[in-house]
Amino acid sequence: MELERIFDDLRALVEDPSFPAVRRWLEANPQGKVVGHFQVFFPEEVAHAAGLLPVKIAGAGGTVQVRQADARIAAFVCSIVRSSLELALSGRLDFLSLMVVPNICDAARNGCGVWVRSFPQMRVETLYHPHNASSAYAVDYLVGEYRRIGRVIEELSGRPITDDALRASIALFNENRRLLREVYRIKRETPWLLSAVESYLLVRSAGLMPREEHNALLRRVLELVPQRPAKKQDRIRVVLEGGFCEQPPLDMLAVIQNACYIVDDDLMIGLRWITEDVPLDGDPWRNLADSYLNRSSYSPVQRDPRKPKAEMLLRRIREAGAEAAIVAAAKMCEPGLEEQVNYSRALDAAGIPHLVMEFEETMTVFEQVGMEVETFAESLLFQFA
Amino acid sequence: MSTSAQEILGTSRREGRRLMDLWWQRMTEAAQTGHPAAYVFVMAPLSELLLTFDFVINAPEITSLQTAIRGQSQAYIQLAEDYGFSPDICGYVKADVGVQLKQGEHPYGRVPKPALVVTNNVCNTYIKWAEFWEHYYGCPVFTFDLPGWRGRESLREGTEAFRETFENDCRYVLGQLRELVELCERVTGKPFDIDRFREHLREANRMAELYHAVCDTNRHVPAPFNAPLEGVTYQGIANLYRGTPEGTRYFELALEEMRERVRLGMAAVPDERFRLVLVGTACYSHFRRFVELFSSWGGVFVHSTYMVFAGGGFLPGFRYDLSRPLESFAEQMVRATYWGWTGAMFYQQEWLDQVVRDWKVDGICFHGVKSCRTTSTGLPDVREWMRVQRNVPGLFIQSDLVDPRLWSDAQIKNRVDAFFEALAAHKATAGR
Repeated sequence: MELERIFDDLRALVEDPSFPAVRRWLEANPQGKVVGHFQVFFPEEVAHAAGLLPVKIAGAGGTVQVRQADARIAAFVCSIVRSSLELALSGRLDFLSLMVVPNICDAARNGCGVWVRSFPQMRVETLYHPHNASSAYAVDYLVGEYRRIGRVIEELSGRPITDDALRASIALFNENRRLLREVYRIKRETPWLLSAVESYLLVRSAGLMPREEHNALLRRVLELVPQRPAKKQDRIRVVLEGGFCEQPPLDMLAVIQNACYIVDDDLMIGLRWITEDVPLDGDPWRNLADSYLNRSSYSPVQRDPRKPKAEMLLRRIREAGAEAAIVAAAKMCEPGLEEQVNYSRALDAAGIPHLVMEFEETMTVFEQVGMEVETFAESLLFQFA
Repeated sequence: MSTSAQEILGTSRREGRRLMDLWWQRMTEAAQTGHPAAYVFVMAPLSELLLTFDFVINAPEITSLQTAIRGQSQAYIQLAEDYGFSPDICGYVKADVGVQLKQGEHPYGRVPKPALVVTNNVCNTYIKWAEFWEHYYGCPVFTFDLPGWRGRESLREGTEAFRETFENDCRYVLGQLRELVELCERVTGKPFDIDRFREHLREANRMAELYHAVCDTNRHVPAPFNAPLEGVTYQGIANLYRGTPEGTRYFELALEEMRERVRLGMAAVPDERFRLVLVGTACYSHFRRFVELFSSWGGVFVHSTYMVFAGGGFLPGFRYDLSRPLESFAEQMVRATYWGWTGAMFYQQEWLDQVVRDWKVDGICFHGVKSCRTTSTGLPDVREWMRVQRNVPGLFIQSDLVDPRLWSDAQIKNRVDAFFEALAAHKATAGR
């Protein structure tokens, strides 16, 4: 019962566009300031070390009607860019002192200009992560770029980010990433104990509340999950790919999990981007930059020739013991739709069954998705039987 | 009109056509002989460096655009969509994929296979585009990473924050430049000749001066050229012949011709009534029609953001320091990325504000392109900013770069006509 209550609370949190956990933090810290960061990755430790609260801005799902943003952004742009702006235009992000938009794609980067014009009282910054990730100069550059953002944050907080403070924040976030890796181990090894929707809520909520609270929550959930009386069912094991930026609706995940075990995915990958502990000794800025580049996952919006994306997907499938893949892309998402072609051809070549689909965060009707996934799953069950 | 004036008029068009034909001849020969070809993009073309290694340069945005000019883009796009690409992605990418799937067969000649691809992040779609060639041909791809415009405060020149950011970016870009030189040496088997590189930089310096001088002729009333029409040739030559004596000579001719047109009072659009700026690109599958919708009202485009961000990144004051070629090249690339390539697209109102004043502009056409988020995402917002903050009327229309299926003639004409009616009233009210 406790576990179900936790997941109900998390769902309410994720689906509440008023960011209740952030507002609670501000009530407890009246002088506190909040840094919003758009998808995919932001070094949250830098904000935390200055005493600010980092918050992931990842669209509104279907919880907000996009009205004002549609007048400012062209219609053929993905929903997450428009709905994130709508959250701000409608006053729901009035707590932000700084908004950081990483250079993930053309719509997001261009959208940053809209934020700058729309909110003269708010500091808005584009953060340039390296796209030449294998360059010998990339780490040094990123150290400088992180320090640049750090100086902006120091100006806001009025206090310097010391190396020791940054190391303490890295340790806190290392713990969070370790706990999230444990969630994904359970998904891979015993997916009947933790549904796709539940694991998603655990990850997504990391960006919506203070990490100290989130770590405590994860520890409790990880104690309770193994005690569940759930039994393994005869379902195919799939990897779901395509959730690196815009997020599929929870009900879409629910429809998929009715037919499959989602044993791995790239949902909210930015909160799990760093795949090992960031070292605590030495220069913490360099350790963060080095970890972004060299201890990290992959996505269609980072160019790193050392991590060919199709090979990385095949590895994810192999390591998760999956039989098949669902390769999704958000509507109007240029990088996601282009990567779909690459993924699909690689999966064909490897003989791995896969289902290609598009989604939008605002979707409300899932019959079609359900039918496609069930048909896909059944065809594979018969094949493997 | 004197004989010398008659000789000058039309020279830039004829010379532009000759240079385009020559480029296609070189491309086709490279496809036949296997001479190394480098694929690059019009934003950050790197021609000065690549020409030092004798690469034939292919600019796929230009080849894709030309499929549309020839009225054949849809067939190529369809091939790419059959291959698996979505209807909702960049039309330039799909037109090129179609060309590649047809072994380089193009209405103007044959596109060579890439010996090297130099992509960059000025448009993030460039990276995905290059990854297609990487998978399809197995060719080396170098991603030239150019940090761009950051925000209102961070790139304010003269501040300590700007200096630190600029220096950090320059170090990164210079380092990559050295890595690219090594890669070019490996691909071609030729050592880097810094003196040849310096000569290409010298030509680029001259070309940049001339490019601006040509653009400046359009401050004159009436304007001697129409930015989408002549401008697309200027952009093409500025990219394909950047850093070459042929390119410099072309812009000398163009400047001579435009100055002659100004002297003679020749207007690009007869009975010029409205002076406009085009923000974004034209629609190349309906190119003549696009321009005609405006010129039929006496509207001339005196400038365009396209001439900035696709015009080689030549900023006012652009000049390589020939005594330190690589360092200076890196610095100019960073500056061009800040102000010419990314700033001109994402935060363009300050540039627009200045052009409206200096080019005596009456109104702005914002053309949203369905398949290009880079140029189009924030256009409605900029339009509103210019209207509210500067009282400059703006028209927002949407179609595409090269996909003819997205051109809706009656709908666009209605909007253009209504805009001109309102613009006439606005001009009368403003007493202009």
